[in-house]
Amino acid sequence: MIHEFDPYFNYRTTLFLTEKGFYEFWNWFDSESWYPLGRIIGGTLYPGLMVTAALIYWALRFLRFFVHIREVCVLTAPFFASNTTLVAYFFGKEIWDTGAGLVAAVLIAICPGYISRSVAGSYDNEAVAIFALLLTFYLFVKAVNTGSLAWALGSAFGYFYMVSAWGGYVFIINLVPLYVLVLLITGRYSMRLYIAYNCMYILGMLLAMQIRFVGFQHVQSGEHMGAMGVFLLMQVFYFLDWVKYQLNDTKLFQTFLRITVTSAILVGGIALGVGTASGYISPWTGRFYSLLDPTYAKDHIPIIASVSEHQPTAWSSFMFDYHILLFLFPAGLYFCFKRLSDATIFIVMYGLTSLYFAGVMVRLILVATPAVCLISAIAVSATVKNLTSLLRTKQKVSQTGSTKGAGSSKASSKVTLDQSQPFQKNGASALLVGVFYLLSRYAIHCTWVTSEAYSSPSIVLAARGAHGNRILFDDYREAYYWLRQNTPTDAKIMSWWDYGYQITAMGNRTVIVDNNTWNNTHIATVGRAMSSNEDEAYEIMRSLDVNYVLVVFGGVTGYSSDDINKFLWMVRIGGGVFPVIKEPDYLVNGEFRVDKGASPKMLNCLMYKLCYYRFGELTTEYGKPPGYDRARGGEIGNKDIKLEHLEEAYTTSNWIVRIYRVKPPTNRL
Amino acid sequence: MAARIGIFAVVVAVFLSIPAFSSAQDLQIVNAERRIDLSSHIVKAFLTLKVENIGKSAAAEMLLAFSPTQIKNLAMVQALAITGKKKKKTYLPLDVKPTEQPDAPNDTGYYRVTFVSPLGPGETVSLEVLYILTHSLEPFPVEITQSESQLVYYHDSAVILSPYHVKQQTTFVKTPSTRVESFTSIEPANRAGKEIKYGPYENRASYSYAPVIIHFENNSPFAVVEELVREIEISHWGSLQITENYRLTHGGARHKGVFSRVDYQSKRSVSGASSFNALLAVLPPRVNSVYYRDDIGNISTSHLRTGFRKSELEFEPRYPLFGGWRATFIIGYRVPLEDYLFEASDGRRYLNFTFGCPLVETIVNKLTIKVVLPEGSKDPSAILPFTVNQDLQVKYSYLDIVGRTVVVLQKDNVVPTHNVPFQVYYTFKPIYMLAEPFMLVSAFFFVFVASLAYVHIDLNIARK
Repeated sequence: MIHEFDPYFNYRTTLFLTEKGFYEFWNWFDSESWYPLGRIIGGTLYPGLMVTAALIYWALRFLRFFVHIREVCVLTAPFFASNTTLVAYFFGKEIWDTGAGLVAAVLIAICPGYISRSVAGSYDNEAVAIFALLLTFYLFVKAVNTGSLAWALGSAFGYFYMVSAWGGYVFIINLVPLYVLVLLITGRYSMRLYIAYNCMYILGMLLAMQIRFVGFQHVQSGEHMGAMGVFLLMQVFYFLDWVKYQLNDTKLFQTFLRITVTSAILVGGIALGVGTASGYISPWTGRFYSLLDPTYAKDHIPIIASVSEHQPTAWSSFMFDYHILLFLFPAGLYFCFKRLSDATIFIVMYGLTSLYFAGVMVRLILVATPAVCLISAIAVSATVKNLTSLLRTKQKVSQTGSTKGAGSSKASSKVTLDQSQPFQKNGASALLVGVFYLLSRYAIHCTWVTSEAYSSPSIVLAARGAHGNRILFDDYREAYYWLRQNTPTDAKIMSWWDYGYQITAMGNRTVIVDNNTWNNTHIATVGRAMSSNEDEAYEIMRSLDVNYVLVVFGGVTGYSSDDINKFLWMVRIGGGVFPVIKEPDYLVNGEFRVDKGASPKMLNCLMYKLCYYRFGELTTEYGKPPGYDRARGGEIGNKDIKLEHLEEAYTTSNWIVRIYRVKPPTNRL
Repeated sequence: MAARIGIFAVVVAVFLSIPAFSSAQDLQIVNAERRIDLSSHIVKAFLTLKVENIGKSAAAEMLLAFSPTQIKNLAMVQALAITGKKKKKTYLPLDVKPTEQPDAPNDTGYYRVTFVSPLGPGETVSLEVLYILTHSLEPFPVEITQSESQLVYYHDSAVILSPYHVKQQTTFVKTPSTRVESFTSIEPANRAGKEIKYGPYENRASYSYAPVIIHFENNSPFAVVEELVREIEISHWGSLQITENYRLTHGGARHKGVFSRVDYQSKRSVSGASSFNALLAVLPPRVNSVYYRDDIGNISTSHLRTGFRKSELEFEPRYPLFGGWRATFIIGYRVPLEDYLFEASDGRRYLNFTFGCPLVETIVNKLTIKVVLPEGSKDPSAILPFTVNQDLQVKYSYLDIVGRTVVVLQKDNVVPTHNVPFQVYYTFKPIYMLAEPFMLVSAFFFVFVASLAYVHIDLNIARK
């Protein structure tokens, strides 16, 4: 079964791709969402995931395995996660040694931060993107290490796959140039680096332009300009090298250097300035800004800030997702700095930048996970290796003299250590036990987290009953299936955008807004309708041709992520476009309330009415007055709600989803 | 020559006239009692007939007549002959077949009942006839709100429609509750509690018809499966996988206006009286791996009780069904092969399985049973106690090369009485069972051999 919100859209598009073929998919104009605007699907999505799933599907069909596309979709994420562990092994091997690779593979295989997006059913872009990301990095590092054109080519293709799969490719196109820049500054410029970067950048860019959604962003958007700049810088470096070789005169070269560098910077600066001013190069997007400055979104773009995944990460969730890796990470950094090479510089930079981004946005923990796993693996592997070699040398000394010379220098250092520390062997074995204890705790933690937090689809809510038995609230699907079966096929459903994808995929009905938040005004219109009173809302709904309104309400079950709790975001987003809606109107002394003390505007807005319609007659909890809202713990303020333009069409068994029918206008005789 | 032709013509005329003559004129119904059960949405009528041959020649068969509206909705007709008196009664099933008569008045439809032995002149025979009508209760009002209860019309005739003279007859109609809004009274007729009695009527001529309408309350679940596709896949590795695709609807009065969860929860007795939210499916006894799901995933509201004689799956659709609401779902299960697959004496294999729909008290508008035979099966043939449309298809499943033969049986208007065993015969060589494992084994073998070869081959041009 498919989880969450976005995967439903991905599933729907994959289904379309397998049924209609590639060209139809490319040209698909979806009229079922964003009514009445529609959405050009082919041009506004990252097709990597769908194409991957479709290819797997067709391959299996060809091999006479008649699987359903749903099964392929559900299992794509775990399949790619297993590939990721393989890549992690090779990556670890490339930057440190096989031991580190092995540990990295083990760590990433069970790390909750990655499992959260790679469980079966989590059919999202990230599922394949993390694999693509790690693969690109691995191939690039390999290319830098070997200077081989083939690996650079591979890395370019990896990058292409990444671009086709996820918007997070921006991270690659900024990290890699940054890394190259750092290498240049630290004087580690080499021919290998030149080959690797140039090949990867040029080919990667050209390939990425083939993806319609990305298009010419590589040469036009501000986010990609860094890569371009570094590319030019590389050429300058190479040119200077050549001139230096040709001139063979230091003084002359110094003046030449000065002239070229100033002119290059000047030309670059002017080009950038002209490009930006003329609008050819677009400025950074809001999401990019909010990454660099965590407070940006809060002030400027409420729609980005309203998504819980975009909130800054809490310490607890770092602990939850990384556990001991959080402590091993600095240790790993220490080892990396101790043995500095091109590869370790890369992983250090990857680790540090991604960890910063993970701190800014919860969902980017995912990007940081491979780096954290790799660096921690280095720490574990190096420690264990040191400790075991310590133990071994002791044994060697006591038992026999000569063995195969694995590392004579190590042995000699051990000998010197031997003299200084008397309880070395005991200490080493104690530490070793400690390491294994930590790792086993990690394994236990990971299994626990996976089973508790990531195993159950969020669409089915589970609770414990009074006798400890499990109660399932399958209300979402109940409502969506009801829509699918019992409403006219051309019905338009208005709901908050969170449920858009699910309604189109499971309910098979047209929605006004959905999770692809490309049109802020349209969402604001819905937000405005929800926060207006019924008459005004009716006008808006009539103009949008809405037939049904769907709200999510947790007052009966105590489900807290319902529409009333999201309501302030609707007000904010609606108010961002329509100044009629003012947030303070819905608050009382800066407080959001639903009980008798709530503001009159709140008590009469559409959302309030739809959620609490006839709720006042219901006793939800023993010993509490009727109309007691369990999600917010209070008796509602307006129990006598009359609806004029809408009527209740369906309410699920636990009241979580309520659907209202918009009545046709009354005859004016 | 002319005389010869004349004799020939007379002989032909005699031959032609015999069936029509004996069936139409020579029989009369001495006594008829009809009991119509309207308690569910499947109308069951029991006819007890005492037939006498008043002609001069023996009669081998008799006709049952149905009005055009009834013949359209007639799901099944069964007839039994009663022999013996009182306590020593024995019932013999009779052959009943739909037939057409050239001189049928007003498009009357006929069924032909063949007696066990031809009825001699002056002899009488007692028959029990059961016929089942579907879609014969017409909701009125057509649309009801949640708080209203469902009222329906039933149209029939107070006297039995018959091509024969009926000497004496009575009709009893049983309604589900005492609430009867109205009924057409044709004297003598009266109502007592849940029963309406028409008759007795004396000496009614053939093709007498006295239309009556009964308007009464019926809140029994009008569960109608618009389409049911049952796929029975035979695996000679030991199991029978059955997948049933349902498209269910509430066939009663359409729901109009609001659906209020408060009312539905708190005033269950008066709110949504005609709606239903639980269904019961009777499955085979040793059933396992039962699942209940729909297009968007598993549905968690089901309970299975297994027993020695039958298993019962009690399940709820995602939402209660009100009039006109639809739900689709899939039920799948597996049963052990040895209970259903046998080897005939001539070496052929046959599947012995139950026809019909496992849901109790439901009408199936269109039933399709697909029996998927194992790959390599030949000469399939199906044997059923009634006529169905048969067809052959090919289905591809895992690792299939030539595809599996699928025997498709299709029948409209199926009621629970159609749940009788049917057989599908086919020939199959057990060696075919090994084809797929062999393919897999050889594929893996070649992969390993290829990788072995790859490891050992040196493709470098330059010598190291």
